[in-house]
Amino acid sequence: MNTAEIIEKKLREAFRPARLEVIDDSEAHRGHGGWREGGGTHFKVVIAAPAFNGLGRVQRQRAVHKVLAEELAGPVHALSLQVEDG
Amino acid sequence: MSDAVHDRIRDEVGSNDVVLYMKGTAQMPQCGFSSKVAGVLNYMGVPFKDVNVLADDAVREGIKSFSDWPTIPQLYIKGEFVGGCDIIVEMTLSGELDEMFEKNGVAFDKAAAEKIREANQPA
Repeated sequence: MNTAEIIEKKLREAFRPARLEVIDDSEAHRGHGGWREGGGTHFKVVIAAPAFNGLGRVQRQRAVHKVLAEELAGPVHALSLQVEDG
Repeated sequence: MSDAVHDRIRDEVGSNDVVLYMKGTAQMPQCGFSSKVAGVLNYMGVPFKDVNVLADDAVREGIKSFSDWPTIPQLYIKGEFVGGCDIIVEMTLSGELDEMFEKNGVAFDKAAAEKIREANQPA
């Protein structure tokens, strides 16, 4: 599995989202800090799940960070998040 | 992470109303996400202290454990962690950032904030 697939699998298992998009946005950051040839460094995730209902902006992003801690400490250099109620 | 770094950060965010931990400086950001947040603050005329994490590895790592937040930029208002780039952009467009500045007695240009919102109407 590539990094995008791992991110998608972990988020699906953790949150059972009603909506989930994992976009490898690395090409848009070509040559920037943390970027590597081949992609897999910069991601945008749009996720909507009931698990986020009632949580503040910081709390809902923290919940996602926690599930992806390994990736954020590893290959993922930037993660842009849009976290919504489900 | 050494307590010394956390003490330093605590002092920094405690003694400045608005602090942005970023890659690069307010004048010369070195990352698109940092640039976006610095740009919003500059446009809104908010005075803030910029801390370039690229200049200090201890702060670069220390700020992440300090706030339990894995990415940079990080914005603090009156000692409180407010969010990273996505959150600051969302709060700018929703008006929540205005409210937070008002609540904390931080001066800003309301007309400029309105201009940002007018220019970024949802499609």
